[in-house]
Amino acid sequence: MAVPILKQGQTLIASIQAALTDTDLLELRDALLEQVGRYRSRGVIVDVTALDVMDSFSTRTLRDVAHMTQLRGAQTIIVGIQPEVAFAMAQFGLTLEGVPTKLDLEEGLEYLAGTVKRGSDG
Amino acid sequence: MVHTNLRAVIQPKLAAQPVSEAASALLSQLVAHLRQNRTQLREEWVRGITEAELLTAMTKEEIFAEATSVYDSYVGALETGTLEALQAYARNLSERIIPRGVETEEVVGIVLLLRDVLARSLFAKYHEDFKVLGRVLDAYEPAANRIAITVAVGFVQERERVIREQQEAIRELSTPVLQVRERLLILPMIGLIDPHRARQLTEQLLHGIRTNRAKVVVIDITGVAAMDANVANHLVLTVEAARLLGATVIVTGLSPEIAQTLVKIGVDLGKMNTVGDLQGGIEEAERLLGFKVFPIRETQAV
Amino acid sequence: MGEGAWVEKESKVHVETDADIVLARQQARAIARDLGFTLGNATLIATAISELARNIVQYATRGEVVLKRIENGSQKGLVVIARDEGPGINDVRRAMEDGFSTSGRLGLGLPGVRRLMDEFNIQSEVGKGTTVTASMWKA
Repeated sequence: MAVPILKQGQTLIASIQAALTDTDLLELRDALLEQVGRYRSRGVIVDVTALDVMDSFSTRTLRDVAHMTQLRGAQTIIVGIQPEVAFAMAQFGLTLEGVPTKLDLEEGLEYLAGTVKRGSDG
Repeated sequence: MVHTNLRAVIQPKLAAQPVSEAASALLSQLVAHLRQNRTQLREEWVRGITEAELLTAMTKEEIFAEATSVYDSYVGALETGTLEALQAYARNLSERIIPRGVETEEVVGIVLLLRDVLARSLFAKYHEDFKVLGRVLDAYEPAANRIAITVAVGFVQERERVIREQQEAIRELSTPVLQVRERLLILPMIGLIDPHRARQLTEQLLHGIRTNRAKVVVIDITGVAAMDANVANHLVLTVEAARLLGATVIVTGLSPEIAQTLVKIGVDLGKMNTVGDLQGGIEEAERLLGFKVFPIRETQAV
Repeated sequence: MGEGAWVEKESKVHVETDADIVLARQQARAIARDLGFTLGNATLIATAISELARNIVQYATRGEVVLKRIENGSQKGLVVIARDEGPGINDVRRAMEDGFSTSGRLGLGLPGVRRLMDEFNIQSEVGKGTTVTASMWKA
């Protein structure tokens, strides 16, 4: 089941639906990498609002996405982690260290706008 | 291969034991006798209740009304050999009398009283023939004991349920998450925090972050009496979870003792954003909120 | 007819593909919610089951996750049994240590599951398989 990826200027937005299998996640990872390269995106937002469970695999894969996109010049952030999911992640020691997380899409876009600005100043 | 060490409850099987035909016929006789003498036996029972000063929280009329229902349910259970109806009645009764302040020993007391009143009545009827009396008691006693246990256990379970509900309600009321400024939440933790309360606090905080779209959270633990490793660990988890929701967490009011506990469980205090007192924490939070990291205007210079 | 103290209702999920992992955790979540667990606890349980199911798929190729409802008087709870006939875990004790992995990867998530659940038991024999049993009571 493919995850839809929206292009908004220099930002890619991927909105994950619930019931995502490991395979779907890997496909998403590859799709994002490919599109970052193709469009020279500067930012990637992965919206996990609809995910009701985040386990070790999804956490690891999202960290991989962030790392890989960074190598291609794009900053990836995660938005929309549900309160219960956040707590479960903390409980199980599943960390998204190194990957910025914001409350929702709006916050995420605001954050990226600042980052991009900063990047172009630097 | 697998032995699950699940919490086992020692409870007699509530299902009716298989009764022999003879015993079954005898039970029918007993039931008939108990029904025939219902008025008299019930009176005797109620007298006993009053004499033993049980159910003092209820009026005489109430006791009489309940006594009638209990008596009929009791005899009914004896007759059918099943306890479902009795269980349902016991739960129902418990729901009614618990708010009145009836204690467990009173409930156990009155059921045992009834058991004895009926037993003695059976003695009186069958005492002439020892053999028959023996068979009568063989049929009556196990059934009567099962009934007593059913009622008592039903009462206790209902009480436990009520207590749990009340505790939950109290916790619910006493854990405020305050929004004092836009995008800023304060969670004052006060008093003794047990694991259950800690979970509840966290839940309220995380939901508060989402509802208020908080960017900064100040958790003040000045008022926390003592913090064991479990709750300290829980605090760390809460900070972690809040970060995942995009909020920055400032912990204030860290006493040297609690700081030690945190270090002991392996927390890197250097990584945790701590400020001495609540006031300082709020100021820091405002600074974080007011300070625009990324100036959005004046971007011409490239 | 009033039966015994235990009321068991069972749900079995065969676990072999990553789609099964999703199914197992969705089932767990649904049953937990049905039992009256809070959303937070149901999510924790679902996450634990996801880890257990994933272990099966990754290390044993196939197995099953059994979910049972249990009752103890007025208390309700959930038991999960994750079993496989895979290679088994060489050193169970080390597998249960935080941060340690017996296969060079990031770990089996077992310590996390144990910390979470009220009761936890793991039996494993090299060459025979592994069975993890854990239960959680609704507070």
